[in-house]
Amino acid sequence: MIPQANAGRPLGLTSIANDTRYRAYLIQLVALSGFVAFVLWLGHNAAVNLAAKGRTFDFGFLWQRAGYDIGQTLIPFTNDDSHFRALLVGLLNTVVLAFASCVLATILGVLIGVLRLSKNWLISRLMAIYIELFRNVPLLLWIVLIFVIFIESSPQPSAYKVTDEMIAAGAAPAARMGFFNTTALTTRGVNLPAVIFKNPLPDISIGATTFNPTWLFLSFAALMVALAARAIFRKAARVRDATGKRSSAPWLVAPIIVGYGVLIVWALGASLDVPALKGFNFVGGWSIPHSFSAMLLALSLYTAAFIAEIVRGGIQSVSHGQTEAAGALGLRPGRVMQLVVLPQALRVIIPPLISQYLNITKNTSLGIAASYTDLRGTLGGVTLMQTGKELECMLLMMTIYLSVSLLTAIAINIYNASIAFRER
Amino acid sequence: MKHLKTLALALFALTSLAPMATAGTLADVKARGVLNCGVTTGLAGFSAPDAKGNYQGFDVAVCKAVAAAVLSDANKVKYVPLTGETRFTALNSGEVDLLARTTTWTYSRDTSLTSDFVAVNYYDGQGFLVRTKLGAKSVNDLNGATVCIQRGTTTELNVADYFKAHSLKYTPVPVADDADGQNQYLAGACDTFTTDASGLAAARASLPDPDNHVILPEIISKEPLSLVVRHGDNNWGDIVRWSYFALVIAEEKGVTAANADSMLASTKDAEVKRMLGAEGEIGKMIGLDDAFMKRAIQASGNYGEIFDANLGEKTPLKLARGLNALWSKGGLQYAPPIR
Repeated sequence: MIPQANAGRPLGLTSIANDTRYRAYLIQLVALSGFVAFVLWLGHNAAVNLAAKGRTFDFGFLWQRAGYDIGQTLIPFTNDDSHFRALLVGLLNTVVLAFASCVLATILGVLIGVLRLSKNWLISRLMAIYIELFRNVPLLLWIVLIFVIFIESSPQPSAYKVTDEMIAAGAAPAARMGFFNTTALTTRGVNLPAVIFKNPLPDISIGATTFNPTWLFLSFAALMVALAARAIFRKAARVRDATGKRSSAPWLVAPIIVGYGVLIVWALGASLDVPALKGFNFVGGWSIPHSFSAMLLALSLYTAAFIAEIVRGGIQSVSHGQTEAAGALGLRPGRVMQLVVLPQALRVIIPPLISQYLNITKNTSLGIAASYTDLRGTLGGVTLMQTGKELECMLLMMTIYLSVSLLTAIAINIYNASIAFRER
Repeated sequence: MKHLKTLALALFALTSLAPMATAGTLADVKARGVLNCGVTTGLAGFSAPDAKGNYQGFDVAVCKAVAAAVLSDANKVKYVPLTGETRFTALNSGEVDLLARTTTWTYSRDTSLTSDFVAVNYYDGQGFLVRTKLGAKSVNDLNGATVCIQRGTTTELNVADYFKAHSLKYTPVPVADDADGQNQYLAGACDTFTTDASGLAAARASLPDPDNHVILPEIISKEPLSLVVRHGDNNWGDIVRWSYFALVIAEEKGVTAANADSMLASTKDAEVKRMLGAEGEIGKMIGLDDAFMKRAIQASGNYGEIFDANLGEKTPLKLARGLNALWSKGGLQYAPPIR
């Protein structure tokens, strides 16, 4: 809408400020230049202050020797490796913890959210108590509490020790390993048996990093088999629906695939590595430190309370008529929830769920409270401290968290688009 | 246009609030009327709040001495508890004027962290605390052990170097501070807790059963714990250094908190006269008044008095003077002459 009074006037300097057609652009232009100037000033300020303190701005320190050790590493790491590799170790720890927490929090959250709406008074009250308890107490306190419970309630590794005198006296050790003598719970963590390979695939080198592809290969093979099996069974179902003939092909293919799998595993020389007490700690097998379990549990329980409320909101947003209509069609309550209510509720649930996943990713940085070495522990902790490159480390860390969060958001947005309501 | 004006004003307010290059720490402290002193988050004997919430300890006494020298009041100190990770950032950003926080003087910290280490107030070394029943007699028995280490400290690097040099394996458990380390050690989350031997003595003293724990004989590193100031303000560095040296010289000359005033009147020693401000113009050279050293000594006593009150045989820590005896008694504490 152009006011009549301005319509025929020639364009002049004063009219830019007075003419509503251009004023909006002018204000935006001024605001934008103000913002750019502010950012430039911040950068300049940092540069001047760095120069005044005689400090440089460069990322060369990433290639220097780190000099410190890390307890929990997913890729091999020694103190001779670079700060960059320490960064990778921390990043992997962060990503694994965040991913596991997201999965667990979603499962718990959906379960609790559905139960919160239960007609059973006791169950719905209990879930309400759970939600209020977890979302109203700071996460840090939950982490500390769960971590302390874990380490205080488990036996010392030395409690598993069996000495010659004890055998002579017929005394039992204070603690015994569970699950057919394969699993031990100690103050440090849980020691599980692990599958190891006598003849693994050869190592692969990418740049300065080497890794063993055996597990990657096996996971890939398993995924391929699962996809192939799904395709075969689907085709068989299509044939059955169209012709009424039952195909026996799937039941012939399955044993062949399983046979190949057994052959591959046997060729790799797979065996079970059972943890055993040696010296101070359990050696061998697969150990999950309490720091990881405590972080996982605390993050999941805490975030599940928020997710439960999101799920409840989503379910309640689906019109009650839908439930009644589904009931009229003869569906049982469980099927109504599964087939009618949840798919529609998902459209309301997914967008706020993204925020919760991002919160989990960012909250992993509280790791030090449970002695968990994440990205903040390596790059933002020891590396920052030993090199004194605060600005570089902080900027790098912010960039990485930002990238991880954006990638998570993109992935879920794609999923969200796939389930979004399509108008026909 | 009204909104634009508001925006411009807000921007101006923001920019003028941003930190400016400081004129000088001495001027800042005097203008503020309070010394911001960075201390530990709680290490018995060095700096920890007592039952009444007042900070006490060996490092705290240095803060008090500097505050007395500069502000004429030993109580005008704001104690800022800092973890191993946050201390240098706090110092560099101007949050504290001085670190008296069991900080080891190393080459890289001296050069790249842009801090100045002005004086060593405690000569320490890194040790290991273990349970007696573990049966370890030396660090070499700790192969395969789980080790609690404070994150962001030199001890982290020392352990890595020492265990590598002796072909020993270990699992590090990073802990946030001394209290966290003690708790995890006590709960059995690690076999041994490692930090400076003085810190271990403090930790052991605060355990419910100190007799069941032992500090292993090896000291695996040199840890000169120093007073640290920001790089580039030499005058402030001089003030902190000489407020501290005054405490050492006072012990050497027998000047105590109690007898400083009477010594001022009676002494015939020219250096003591200069130190207590009866002769010469020591204050003018450094930008303070002539009695600043006397006030520093009167704050909590001389070096020996401070040591005995916080760390010595009569305290739960029961630390011997060892390396921290005066040079004249076989130790390393030595202050240049006041001349």
